[in-house]
Amino acid sequence: MTSTENKYDTDTRTVTLRVNGREVTREVPTRLTLADFLRDDLDLVSVHLGCEHGVCGCCTVLLDGGSVRSCLMLAVQAVGHEVETVESLSADQNNLHPIQEAFAEEQGLQCGFCTPAMVLRTKEILADGQERSDDEVRDEISGILCRCTGYQNIINAVQNAGRKLRCGASGGCGTAGDEAKGA
Amino acid sequence: MTTVENEKPQYKYIGADRKRVEDPRLLVGRGGYIADLKLPGLLHAAILRSPVPHATIRSIDATEALKLPGVVAVVTGEDCKAHMNPCMNFGPSSIPQFPLAVDKVRYVGEAVAAVIAESRYIAEDAVELLEVEFDDLPAVTNPVAAMEPGAALLHEGHGSNIGYERTFEFGEVAEAFSGADLVVEDTLHWGRSAGMPMETSGAVARPGLNGVLEIFCNSLNFSYFSFLIAGALKLPSNRLTMNPVPAGGSFGSKFTAHKVPTLAGFLALRTGRPVSYVEDRLDHLMNSDHHASDRYYDAKMGFTSEGIITGLDVDVVDDYGAYMQFGVGTHGNAFSQIVGPYGFRNVKYHLRAVLTNKCQQGAYRGFGSEVHNWVLERLIDKAAAELGLAPEEIRRRNFIQNDQFPYKIPGGNVYDSGNYPAVLDKALGMIDLEHWRKEQKRLREEEGRYIGIGLATTQERSVFSATEFWALNDNPDFPLTSSPESATVTIDPTGQFQLLLHCQSMWGNSPETVGTTVLAEEFGIEPETVNVSYADTARALPGTGPGGSRYTVMLAGAVRGASRKLQRKLVDIAAHTLEVAPEDLELVDARVQVTGAPEKSLSLAELASTAYFFALNMPPGMESGLEESFTYDHPYTTLPAADRSDLGVFYPIMGHACHIAVMEVDPDTGRTSFLDYVAVHDAGTMVNPKSLGGHVTGGAAQGLGSTLYEELAYDDEGQFKSSTFLDYLVPTANEVPPFRLGHVETPSPFTEYGIKGGGEGGRMVTPSVVSAAIDDALREYGMRVRELPVKPADIVATVQASIARG
Repeated sequence: MTSTENKYDTDTRTVTLRVNGREVTREVPTRLTLADFLRDDLDLVSVHLGCEHGVCGCCTVLLDGGSVRSCLMLAVQAVGHEVETVESLSADQNNLHPIQEAFAEEQGLQCGFCTPAMVLRTKEILADGQERSDDEVRDEISGILCRCTGYQNIINAVQNAGRKLRCGASGGCGTAGDEAKGA
Repeated sequence: MTTVENEKPQYKYIGADRKRVEDPRLLVGRGGYIADLKLPGLLHAAILRSPVPHATIRSIDATEALKLPGVVAVVTGEDCKAHMNPCMNFGPSSIPQFPLAVDKVRYVGEAVAAVIAESRYIAEDAVELLEVEFDDLPAVTNPVAAMEPGAALLHEGHGSNIGYERTFEFGEVAEAFSGADLVVEDTLHWGRSAGMPMETSGAVARPGLNGVLEIFCNSLNFSYFSFLIAGALKLPSNRLTMNPVPAGGSFGSKFTAHKVPTLAGFLALRTGRPVSYVEDRLDHLMNSDHHASDRYYDAKMGFTSEGIITGLDVDVVDDYGAYMQFGVGTHGNAFSQIVGPYGFRNVKYHLRAVLTNKCQQGAYRGFGSEVHNWVLERLIDKAAAELGLAPEEIRRRNFIQNDQFPYKIPGGNVYDSGNYPAVLDKALGMIDLEHWRKEQKRLREEEGRYIGIGLATTQERSVFSATEFWALNDNPDFPLTSSPESATVTIDPTGQFQLLLHCQSMWGNSPETVGTTVLAEEFGIEPETVNVSYADTARALPGTGPGGSRYTVMLAGAVRGASRKLQRKLVDIAAHTLEVAPEDLELVDARVQVTGAPEKSLSLAELASTAYFFALNMPPGMESGLEESFTYDHPYTTLPAADRSDLGVFYPIMGHACHIAVMEVDPDTGRTSFLDYVAVHDAGTMVNPKSLGGHVTGGAAQGLGSTLYEELAYDDEGQFKSSTFLDYLVPTANEVPPFRLGHVETPSPFTEYGIKGGGEGGRMVTPSVVSAAIDDALREYGMRVRELPVKPADIVATVQASIARG
């Protein structure tokens, strides 16, 4: 029936973007969300869908280095942009990125569902190399809901990751940061 | 029994912080959740949900939906009625439920029809094209009104909107009140919230080989009830295999979660193809498996002039919503700790479980005992204020004493062990109460700021027993008494360990970390070397799954049991090889050695290769191989009395906690914030303090949500008002304060290693503490928290009313 065909947009477009450092080109429906594109077309299942209305933040990815909710973006809107999922840090369980390692050390996760989003947000927060207070970190992760941890261990993980990134994998320069500047 | 801290054995791994085995795969985004599962030819289902609270379904027209390219089928309640049995149900059989509404809908969000299509996008398009005609019926949303004659009836076959009514009385309640110096009374309402994990419930079903239906799902204890799902689907139980898929959080919400896998299975059987149904957040908020407790209390408590509790009288009306899948199990949990940590003996509990046009109830962290605990603590705080006693003092005067354990409470449950004064003292030692009480006065006088201090204690019953299901029912349809857990341990030919678990995988409670820790303790191996896998129901030994804060205790028991069987076999092989008596051997650091003589020993690898490849080197008659299973049954449970004057022992492993919060409340805006928060818990022997701490903190955050933010709201007409995360407010990092944690250990005399469960404690006590702190901050305005969640507008209204009264 024609009304049915008219009502539901079956338009497709060819999209080209960079995902985790590699250029990808696919033909996708124009209404396909970026989250579904990453999960279903590229098998990047680290992108988790918790609410699909932009509140929980579990689908957070980095777009040109800044966090976005991939459930609120269309794949066609990402054309020409650089997308990073948690697979960009390390997809090797035996060789974790310092941020992932910090989450494991601090038990900054329990069920793991918000974890990829939290890890990516941590990467973005720490990109400037600056130290932050716990309250600042608390504020900066507040856009992603976690139902397991009560957040404190996530905050500890962000701080631990910051030390690792400023001071090397051992995080040995402590909180003062002086050794990092020296090193 | 008293505290046995000094007698506790020294463990190498148990009790030490350890990184979790589960984490690496989660950190790289390979958690393997249900939505990640892709099967060849997979179809996707979307559900049309009722927009009205109560109506008969006159017609469902799928003509237009079926014309949409990519749509494979539309399935309705008529199909369910024709081809399946009602869903599993522990409630009255006169209240049947199907995964799609049959004949009429009973709440906004109830599933009406399912569309199966080649993609979820198309399935959702087609849902919009379904034409359903409803004949509206009067809706009943107030549980008190629902009991009135003439109220709209939800289930004609049940004949009444009262699903359950009974009065339980233990001790001499009338005398307890007639002889009391003070009786405090309160009308309290605990509002509806839910576990609300970040991952919704979901299932993938496929017709498999040999007529077997396979269902993959994130429900937590399906190994316990898969035969009931098979029954609903009219399959012999051996023709349904359920496969464990890790859950992205549950907190009770996926404890049973039976309708989703039942529906997915039914859709796969109807279409003959693999079908995925994963709830979206709207599905989960308005329907899911269930919401949690929604209770109205008239409660009173008697006291002597010294503040000693004489008795408790509770009248509770519980708004169960449209179905009763679990009976009144959440009240069974309340009965298991009905006196809290206090020594009073006289209790009366009048319970009415009422049916209304709302989503049904089920489990949420605490499972109803957190509600009862809040009622107890509310009454005690009210009495303390009237008697001029400090909150810590009135509690201290009423505590069960250390030399009274094991302690049988009114109602029949037994508390195994505890040291309640030690927990209170530790909490008081962590926070400078005198400082804060001075500061409270100073800030009020000098800066006009309102500080409140809340202190509360809780019991945390753990290790639920199946007898709980029917302790409150005289004639249960299925009076089960087992709730076991199993483990299979295999040592391979090179001496490496495999651990097979027989339940759902649930990363929040770290089952792999617990299991490998116990194996390491038992064999002196490195825990990280153990591989862990999970059995599907075709292979599974008896299991019950995580729930009721049981899994750590039960898994430790099962793994230790299997370990002991293997240890005996290893020692016998070593004795035969070394030509010594088995009793002269010991297992130390992954070797079996002559006691005290490590130079005369065999490694696990040497013994393992013998067991697999050198039968002639083994004791005559011994079976080859090194694999042992053990099913650990509930460590202590008893039957109830026939007349239910004694409900039996069904939750004897009893943890305890004390929290103290310092809060600031703004009387002009109702804004609340935390200045300090300490939480001390006793969960017996700790397996991993760090993961236990994670549980406490996460649970406390959820308790804050239930207290201040989260509300599954319906309007008076039964329309659902909390259908997005903009309406249902899960606390963010900004709302959750740092909790300063402390631990006390009173090992259980009944469990292996003395472990107690600790999964729910955080949420058991925060509502009481926060309620008390808000009251304390605004005492001069007569603030009294009687309803949860307590919202800023409620606080402001109380203050304004007080000012208006002058």
